[in-house]
Formats: sequence, structure tokens, C-alpha cells
Amino acid sequence: MIEINSLSKKFKKVNAVNNLSLSIKKGELFGFLGPNGAGKTTTIHMLTTILPPSGGSATINGYDINKQSDEVRKSIGIVFQDMTLDDKLSAYDNLKIHGILYGLENNEIEKRIEEMLALVELSEKKHELVKTFSGGMKRRLEIARGLMHTPAVLFLDEPTLGLDPQTRRHIWSYIIKLKKSGVTILITTHYLEEADALCDRVAIIDHGKIVAIGTPKELKSNIGGNLISIECDKPKKMAEIIEKNNFGDFKVLDEKCTIKINNGSEIIPKIVNEAHNNGVKIESIDFHLPSLEDVFIHYTGKTIREETPGRGMKHGHP
Amino acid sequence: MAILEFRKIYAVWYREIKKMINSKPRIIGSLGMPIFMLLALGGGIGALVKDFNYQAFILPGVLGQVLLFNSIFSGVSVIWDRQFGFLKEMLVTPTKRTTLAIGRMMGGATTSVFQGILILIIGMTLNIIPVISAIDFALLVVLMFIIACAFVGLGISIASTIEEAETFQVIMNFIVMPIFFLSNALFPTKQLPNWLQTVAGLNPLSYAIDGFRNIIIGESQYPLMLSFTYCSAFLITIVFVSTYLFKKAKI
Repeated sequence: MIEINSLSKKFKKVNAVNNLSLSIKKGELFGFLGPNGAGKTTTIHMLTTILPPSGGSATINGYDINKQSDEVRKSIGIVFQDMTLDDKLSAYDNLKIHGILYGLENNEIEKRIEEMLALVELSEKKHELVKTFSGGMKRRLEIARGLMHTPAVLFLDEPTLGLDPQTRRHIWSYIIKLKKSGVTILITTHYLEEADALCDRVAIIDHGKIVAIGTPKELKSNIGGNLISIECDKPKKMAEIIEKNNFGDFKVLDEKCTIKINNGSEIIPKIVNEAHNNGVKIESIDFHLPSLEDVFIHYTGKTIREETPGRGMKHGHP
Repeated sequence: MAILEFRKIYAVWYREIKKMINSKPRIIGSLGMPIFMLLALGGGIGALVKDFNYQAFILPGVLGQVLLFNSIFSGVSVIWDRQFGFLKEMLVTPTKRTTLAIGRMMGGATTSVFQGILILIIGMTLNIIPVISAIDFALLVVLMFIIACAFVGLGISIASTIEEAETFQVIMNFIVMPIFFLSNALFPTKQLPNWLQTVAGLNPLSYAIDGFRNIIIGESQYPLMLSFTYCSAFLITIVFVSTYLFKKAKI
């Protein structure tokens, strides 16, 4: 449904998107995961014909983004990162104008408005001005609008940015509903739990490049083993202890030591013992399966919230 | 294909109309200034000049003012659309930018003409001007629509070339005010200094207002035909300029 072929975008000297290639199947819910500034939105802007690429090409629904922008536009629905509703108009008018601009017939517009508002549970708000809506309601209306013209592909650029956790889950439930209806969805997010909860496949993007791609499960199992996170007062000292005792691969990020181990939780008492004997005070220990957050740190050497590189990875001998 | 584009123009027009209907206080608010002009300035200066019905004279000028202000700001509000993202939403639809610009011109002009008609009604109700015939009214509406479309287009051109909304005040002071004061809106141009006469003689607003005067009170400097021709030529030029600039505008 989406074929991306070494797509690039240069802004002055910065490579915002660097030789990106990717193939997304029909009906797939695909996620771009990366920190702010990784090139996710720029990629979306190129795929939706807002920005011309500096190099490479892509097809959506079989249409070339460089040569067939009108056909591409008819094939896609977009929910932008920033709000793009006219808040001086009612929900109905926002959808109606959108429908006409996509060339829908009047009776079809009326029908789709009813269906879409029902889908996002805004039927009762049909004739109310958008400026009276909450952030979550506006988002839902934007999703409804993006689907008005029955696009083959729906782009969701940070659909839950700035929403509270409860509203976020609410939006997720709509996205899952949409996926069941068969539309191909490309979502960008920098919320790991969002990618984990929604996506069939995820591409981790950093500095305009895909650094890892796969199902959340695959990505997590790529790391292998289980993880133990230790919070303590002397992380450096703790690192030495781990290295000396060959507890496993580890890295230190902020005040935390994360160790990758291949065996089970029986290693924990040993760690605690060694720490105690060496005068390191452990504040907490957490034993878990790798999360997407760990995957992200593994591939980019930093947490998703920070732009500066992490303190690097040391390898012990398992 | 052509029919499809007409419907799209209608969609953009519909938005402007709906926005006006949804903000009724703004209509009343924007009538405040012209009514003061008409009553206070018109009444005050009217008391100074004898043998000349000044209030009736400036009503067409005030009409021109309403059209100028509302239309330019309607066009310039493209800046807000860009700021609040709605422009992006419209530009990713499979719609030609020319269509969007023309729809906008017609929508903005319709709301301006609507306000102009309110001024006319006020003028006739207060007996400032005589009640006009249906044909004259139709002629007025056409001329008002032409000049209003052109000013919306001028606003779109400005909005397409400047980036920030903060330049709003600059537009007011250096574009809108000069167009208004360097016209025949408030004074008959014949008595003006030469330079001012020349400038006012080039100003499209002067031709529109002269046309209004011709129709409403039967006084004019130019033939009515010239008013229509000059305003239409201005509109055609603006349509080309504004659609060109709007096409090149960044999102």
C-alpha cells in the first residue's frame, strides 16, 4: 500500500530524512517511533505531498507522490500533529466542507457525516461549534474528518500528543476500531507505550534513518533475555561490580544501571549481596521483560525523551 | 471537472458565510465605526458646510470604507488560517489553490457586501439618502461585489507574501488607511491639492465610491461606465496577482 524508496529530505545542510526505504502492507497499522526531530513529521509531509522530497520516491495506493499528487491526495486521510479544525464552525460544517473539497456527492456527504460522527461518538455534538470542544473531542473530530472520504491510507501524526492518559486510551480504542475496518494506518509517535499498544510493526527512526524495524515483539526479543534495572546511590561503582562478577551486558543511564541477563531472577540475590558487600546502597530493583523503551535505548543509545547521546554501552562477558 | 471546481469554490464560500453567521456580535461590532463616521463626522462637518448635504455625500464613502476594511481583513485572515492550521487542511485536499483563492474572494466579498447593504438600509432609514430603486440597488450590489472581491484578493496577496501575523498593524497603517484617505471617500477631489487629486484619481476605491455616489445621490465625477470598467480591470489584475502569490505561498 505504501512503498518508500530511498526517500530523502535536506533542509539546508541537515539531512532531516536520509535514504528511507520501507514497505507497508494493506491493512497494516505501522508506527514511526522516534524522538522529536527524528524526521517523522518530515516523512509524513513528503508522503502526503505537502513537501517535495529532495531525493527518492514513494508510491501510495499505487500513485507516485512526485507525479500524481492529486491521486495520492484522494487516497489519503491525514490527522496532523497540530489542530487543523476551523473552530468557528460546527463539527458538521467542518466535515461538510472537507467532503465537498474531496469531491463527494451531497447525499454521500450527509451519510458519511452521520457514520463518522457515530464512529467517534460525537453525533450529539454535530451542530456545536468546535471551539466548545475539549482537546480529545477535537482529536476525534479530526480523525472523523480524515476518514470522511474513505481513504485507503490514514496518516496519524502524533495523534495523542498533549492529551491526558485517559483521553489517550480513548483515542487508542478508536484507532484499533479503525484498523479492524481494514484501512492502512501510518502513525507517528514518541510515546513508546502507544507504539506498543497499537502497531503491527514499528520502525524506530533516529536522525532521519530507520535504525530498527519489526513487530514490537520481534524488536523486544532482538534484545534477548530479561532486564534488571537497578537504582542505587553509586551507579559507577555498581557498574564495576556487575562487570567484575560477569552478571551480564549492562549500561548506565542517568542514575540507573540496566543489566541484560540470560538467566532468570535468581541472579537478583547475588547482585544485592555483592552490592551490599561493596557499600553500594540499592534503592530499587526492577526485573522485567524488555520494553520498547529498552529497545529504543538499545538501538539509539539514548532514551526517547532526550536528544543528547546517552553515556554509552559497556560490554561485559556473559 | 468544471462543475467539480465550482462546488469546491462553493465550499470555501460556504465557510466564510458560516463564519459570519456564527459570529453575529462581530457584524454589529464592525458596523460601529462606519455609523460613527456617518453620524458624528457627517453630522459635524455637515453643520460647517452650508448648501451641501455632506452627510449624504459621505455615505457612499462610508460604504467604500466598510467594503475596503472588511474585504482586506477577510483576505488577510489567511494568515490566521495558516497559524491555526486550517490552511494546511485545505491545501492537502485535492483542490487547486486557484479554486481556494477564488472561493475565498467570493466568500469574503459576500460578507462585505452584506455589511454594505446594512449601511445602505441605515442611511435610508435615517433619511440621510433617498430610497433607491430596485434596479439601482442591483447595480450597487454588483459594483460593491466587484470592488469587495478585489480587496479580498489584495488581502490574500498580502497574506501570501508576509509570514507573521504581527504585521497586521503595519497592513492597517500602510495599506488600508492610505487607500481610504487617499480617495474621494470624505472629500470631493476637485478641491483637493494637485498631488492628492492625482493619487485619488488612480485609486480604485475612488472609482467605486464615485459609482456609489452616482447611483445613490446622482452626483459623480466620472461616468458610471468608467467606474465599472476601472473596478473590473482592477479586479482582473488582482485575481491574477493573488492566485499567483497564493500558489507560491508557503504553508
